[in-house]
Amino acid sequence: MTVSSSLTPRGAIQKQRRVSNWLAADKRGGKSLFEHDVRTGWLFLAPFVLGMMVFIILPIFTALWVSFTDWSGITPPLQAKGVGLDNYRTLLVDDGLRRTDFARSIKNNFYYVIFVVPIQTTLAFVLAFVVHQKLLKGRDYFRLAFFFPSITSSIAVSLIFKFMFQTNGLVNKFVPGPDINWFGNSNGAIHNLLGVFGVNKSPRALSSQSLFGLSLWDWLSGPSVAMCAIMGCVIWTTSGTLMLLFLGGLQNIPESLDEAAILDGASAWKRMWLVTFPLLRPQVFLVLVLGLIGTWQVFDQIYAMSFGGPDKSTITPAFWIYYQSFRNGQAGLGAALAVVLCVIITFFTFVQRRIISDRSVES
Amino acid sequence: MTDLQIGPARGRRVLDAEGLLARRARQRLALKIVGYSILLAAAMVYVLPFLLSLISAFKTDPDISKNPVSLAFDRALGSPSLDGVKALDSDAVNFPRWTLNSIIVTVTVVFGRLVIASLGGYALARMRFRGRQLVFSLMLLVMGIPHIVLAVPQFIVLKQMNILNTYWAMILPMLFDCADLLIMKQFMEQIPPEMEEAAALDGATRFQTFRQVVLPMAAPGLLTLIILRSVGVWNEFLKVLIAVPAAPQLRTLPVGLASLQGEFGQSTPWATMLAGALLTTIPMAILFFLFQKHFKQGLASGAVKG
Repeated sequence: MTVSSSLTPRGAIQKQRRVSNWLAADKRGGKSLFEHDVRTGWLFLAPFVLGMMVFIILPIFTALWVSFTDWSGITPPLQAKGVGLDNYRTLLVDDGLRRTDFARSIKNNFYYVIFVVPIQTTLAFVLAFVVHQKLLKGRDYFRLAFFFPSITSSIAVSLIFKFMFQTNGLVNKFVPGPDINWFGNSNGAIHNLLGVFGVNKSPRALSSQSLFGLSLWDWLSGPSVAMCAIMGCVIWTTSGTLMLLFLGGLQNIPESLDEAAILDGASAWKRMWLVTFPLLRPQVFLVLVLGLIGTWQVFDQIYAMSFGGPDKSTITPAFWIYYQSFRNGQAGLGAALAVVLCVIITFFTFVQRRIISDRSVES
Repeated sequence: MTDLQIGPARGRRVLDAEGLLARRARQRLALKIVGYSILLAAAMVYVLPFLLSLISAFKTDPDISKNPVSLAFDRALGSPSLDGVKALDSDAVNFPRWTLNSIIVTVTVVFGRLVIASLGGYALARMRFRGRQLVFSLMLLVMGIPHIVLAVPQFIVLKQMNILNTYWAMILPMLFDCADLLIMKQFMEQIPPEMEEAAALDGATRFQTFRQVVLPMAAPGLLTLIILRSVGVWNEFLKVLIAVPAAPQLRTLPVGLASLQGEFGQSTPWATMLAGALLTTIPMAILFFLFQKHFKQGLASGAVKG
């Protein structure tokens, strides 16, 4: 593609903008119908800019500042003493419980992400594909059923699931084997799986090595049984929202494409994988990245269902920030944690930006 | 198709073709039955939790702990009963007040946000002035910052402003949403500028143009946004949780609901908690059934929260 041809659409847009003289008047230094566009502009933006300064920009800098202090979260914040990089050192370098807990929260959240994101994306895609079929009877009712959890309060859903995950609850009726005490079991799923094959204890090679204060054996635990229950709840809730995103994409695919594939003799399965799926790539990316960002922030469900337990097997960075800052009198440490989490999530946001801008170039 | 083209002259082949057609029809029917069964089972997975909660909310404590799975009431144990629902209005548990708080906060925040975001969105969409690009870039920059990261410092701001444990602490931090402003900007850019120019030539001020020309034309999109955001604010948990830590009477429904687990000592009051969960859901369910179309549109157009 040559430079000039790539500039053409932008040039056309600019021309179109210039047509509406009034709108672009003072950009060109000409006389506007309203001579004080600068003043009106800022006047219109003032409420938002003011609010953003006080409730978003200022807090960002405050968070940074607090992360360098020993503020407890209770005393007047301005009396907090500066401690330099101590909080970060406690989290990342110094041997001790705090660092192990931080590693644990990252581990828990990591397993949560790698199970929840693929499962909820696949499920949402399948649901969308099914309720998109024109021949399906009552498809509006199915859509309704699948989407309804999305508008329900996360806390309400969490309590309903906690009720169903009781030892004598609904879920255990459908799970074969002895009843599971879901929220009292901190064993990792991978450890449990290994246990089936007789590996109950850590091989010495894995227990002697540790990373950020957590042994390699512990890193490889998989999500705890309690975390699995929370993952089930979250997947159940979000798949409907994401289904609607896919459905929007499916409805934009012209029917003629599918019809052409039918005439060419493609089976339904091939049509799905070779025609529909490639055309949905923008939605797949969007759902994956929204999922990644959302799952690294999981908080509500943890708070309502397990409060981090049992044995800290469901603590996540987001929950740990809250717990250290508001329940444990360690707001300085909590703020340092927040900064670290922010770095993790910013990474994914950048990925999202790139994908979304790629997408807008494509369309 | 080829089956049908076989000529009638060859009797045996016709019979075979009919047999083939019948078999295919049977196969298709079987496939249909299996497909619908799977789909119905999947739908049950989504509906059953609500149904079970609805019924359990009217069970007595002995019934619910003995039969937590049953969809029927055990009359011998006193079900159905309104005890669980009645406990929603006791000393420490104040659902009527929490419902009122939820309504106050949701209405104020959604309305306020709309005013603030539509004004700002209009400025970004239609006016050219120094600093516009700066505000825009700043917004894109801070949009991705997770709520939990801002929780501690927002708490400090609220504390320093001396408004912790008031309605203001819940409402103010939720009023300024970058995503809303960007969506508004998009809405406004889609409106043909000729109308505004006409208004300007008629001597309307910018604000008059905004109120009487732009806003009405953006109304359908605004309604979709209002509905989506109402659900979001109604269900907001973390921001309210940190805003009113020491004022139980100011809790909204989700925060109140989460506090129930500690209010009853050792035993978990399931009937009350499930009744509360449903009570929190019902207003949004009504909104959803009234405005289904808007949910679909809103999500399809990308007005989803990241």
